[in-house]
Amino acid sequence: METAPKHREKKPRVSMPEQEPDQRAGNFQEVPLGYTAEMAVEEASRCLQCKKEPCVSGCPVGVDIPGFVRCIRSGEFGPAIQKIWATNSLPAVCGRVCPQEIQCEGRCVLGKKGEPLAIGHLERFAADFARDACISCDAAPVRSTGKKVAVVGSGPAGLTVAGDLIAKGHQVTVFEALHKTGGVLAYGIPEFRLPKDIVAHEVAQLERMGVRFECNMVIGVTLTLDELFEEGYDAVFLGVGAGLPRFMDIPGETLIGVMSANEYLSRANLMKAYRFPEYDTPIPRGRNVAVIGGGNVATDAARSALRLGADRVSIVYRRSRQEMPARAEEIRHAEEEGVELHLLTNPVRFLGDDDGRLVGMECLKMTLGEPDSSGRRRPVPEEGSEFVIECDLVVVAVGSGANPLLTRSTGDLKLNRWGYIEADPETGKTNLEGVWAGGDIVTGSATVILAMGAGRKAADSIQKYLTEKG
Amino acid sequence: MFKIIKRQEMAGGTIILNEIAAPRIARKARPGQFVILKANETGERIPLTMADFNPRQGTITVIYAVVGRSTSLFSQLQEGDSYQDVVGPLGRPTRLERMGTVVCIGGGTGVAVLYPIARGLKLLGNRVISIIGAREKELLILEDEMRAISDDLLVCTDGGSYGQQGLVTDLLAQVLQEERPDLVVAIGPVPMMRAVSEMTRPCNIKTLVSLNPIMIDGTGMCGGCRVSVGGEIRFACVDGPEFDGHQVDFDELMQRLQAYRAEERQSLECESQSLEIHRCKMEPQIVSAAR
Repeated sequence: METAPKHREKKPRVSMPEQEPDQRAGNFQEVPLGYTAEMAVEEASRCLQCKKEPCVSGCPVGVDIPGFVRCIRSGEFGPAIQKIWATNSLPAVCGRVCPQEIQCEGRCVLGKKGEPLAIGHLERFAADFARDACISCDAAPVRSTGKKVAVVGSGPAGLTVAGDLIAKGHQVTVFEALHKTGGVLAYGIPEFRLPKDIVAHEVAQLERMGVRFECNMVIGVTLTLDELFEEGYDAVFLGVGAGLPRFMDIPGETLIGVMSANEYLSRANLMKAYRFPEYDTPIPRGRNVAVIGGGNVATDAARSALRLGADRVSIVYRRSRQEMPARAEEIRHAEEEGVELHLLTNPVRFLGDDDGRLVGMECLKMTLGEPDSSGRRRPVPEEGSEFVIECDLVVVAVGSGANPLLTRSTGDLKLNRWGYIEADPETGKTNLEGVWAGGDIVTGSATVILAMGAGRKAADSIQKYLTEKG
Repeated sequence: MFKIIKRQEMAGGTIILNEIAAPRIARKARPGQFVILKANETGERIPLTMADFNPRQGTITVIYAVVGRSTSLFSQLQEGDSYQDVVGPLGRPTRLERMGTVVCIGGGTGVAVLYPIARGLKLLGNRVISIIGAREKELLILEDEMRAISDDLLVCTDGGSYGQQGLVTDLLAQVLQEERPDLVVAIGPVPMMRAVSEMTRPCNIKTLVSLNPIMIDGTGMCGGCRVSVGGEIRFACVDGPEFDGHQVDFDELMQRLQAYRAEERQSLECESQSLEIHRCKMEPQIVSAAR
């Protein structure tokens, strides 16, 4: 016998329209298309407006989530974005690439019995609305403090520091080694997941607020850390990213057709090689592509390969699906588009032809053993399980190490044993006076929002330092 | 933007010199280091080892052969025009020391890269014997400049149209009959650097070569410039561009330089159509010299 529901009927989460898989696998346009105003209002009305705000505690930068959702619910989209901007200078980026399922949405009370509120989608909606309506941040202009801050690296950590400190009246200059700003947002994350004009818009917003950007500046080379202080900077934030590709260290790795995800994605995104020959930089258009790794970078590379015209793309990962670090949504998108998963598979060598071009990859089957130091079950090779995956392009996406270019010119900066900069997790302070660090160069490869969180903490600490310094 | 202060055509317009205003790079540049240049929004990032630099005037000099889509685009920039992006100085500088007698060998546009290194070695009091070569007389560059900083300058052309007939290795063989140099520096096309390294290997003479593999960022981020040196993988951009010639796997380097052969052809055809010029007839030797 059925009992009548005790609670009012729960509304389902409003799903965001997407490009159809067979269509989108052939273009580089964004996959999720965004909410309409009606969808946003409907989704926002699902929010329970909990007093305890568990979602906010799940956000590394503490966005006032119930506040901005309340605004959207009542159709006040302008005030909604102002509420977000108060703590997050890159909402159009975060709404797209944050792993909300393990942050804000992961703590949403609605998620206990059903689907959590689509906080990421709503954040994206507010940011996109503001961009289309040409709304800019209405923070009151502050008096100049006369202090100068140098931010090294224009990725998510650096942009957050720049946004926070320009708002305090300091003079902020961001130095970028590449010819384009945005760091990983520009060279790493593909157009179909984060359109580059959105990144450019966020940077332009900061420029309007007074932040100066200098590209083609490799700090540690073109200008050293010491010289920044000689040029009159009072504080320096190092947010240079990890930036040293890891390879497999197996035979055949220098064959033509084996490349790092950094190279593959930089060619595609930074150099726009997917528009070759309109853009001059070429990219190998593999017919049979294998991507090694299980993170978001691996899914980005695999989905890029499909769009570049590959017949077959597979992701080769040594553990099982459960251990894949990529967001579930990214894996779903990849599979819908036709990417195959070769799980519990580990490459042992690359095979080439007489011209040094890749033709295949020998792999071993793995089984999962006892948990290792990361808490995940350790993959163990099955003896005699060798088999060959035919491929003419392999993209190695197994993480990044610490790029030594800056740190080797700055001998007295304290590093940990992996070459990452040692910084106080609460303040971002390094062992050097006036020098802060945050993002991947401190933690190793992580997410955009964690880098932004580190930037936020460092900016607070820099602000305190500059105020006390007087 | 990085303005071209001086532009000079060499070798009948197939090799171009650009002196570029880049004060911050000029202040830091040392012999053996390179810069990456990008002409415009759609252009490639092209690494070129600097031929000179002037910290007082705030300029750097690059010399390149016009061999592909990107160098052809560079060659269209006139005095007063600008490169959109120039970054550097990248790579490790040459370790210049007083060693005694050094032989500096340059082939094709490699002479341009060799010049500041040879000059630096001379300034430190080394006896510098230089050997420069090209396919024919009109492709020979910087002869006067090299003569001015060398104790001895030997010149050769493949066909014998100027200097001695033969390859730089023929002249090196002659030098090695009378000399036992403390160092050989060889910069030019990969086959030339390999041949020189093979010649000095049996006599165990330290030999430096400067590599120019395919790369994107030049800061160690992409790993595209991987070369095998002494059985280990190194990044030419941050570990090089100079390496011990006896340790470099030149065969692999030659293969890797061919990675985008098909795309280069496509790109050139595309340009030919738009410019109605057929540049595909470019001599293959110059193509390898630019590498």
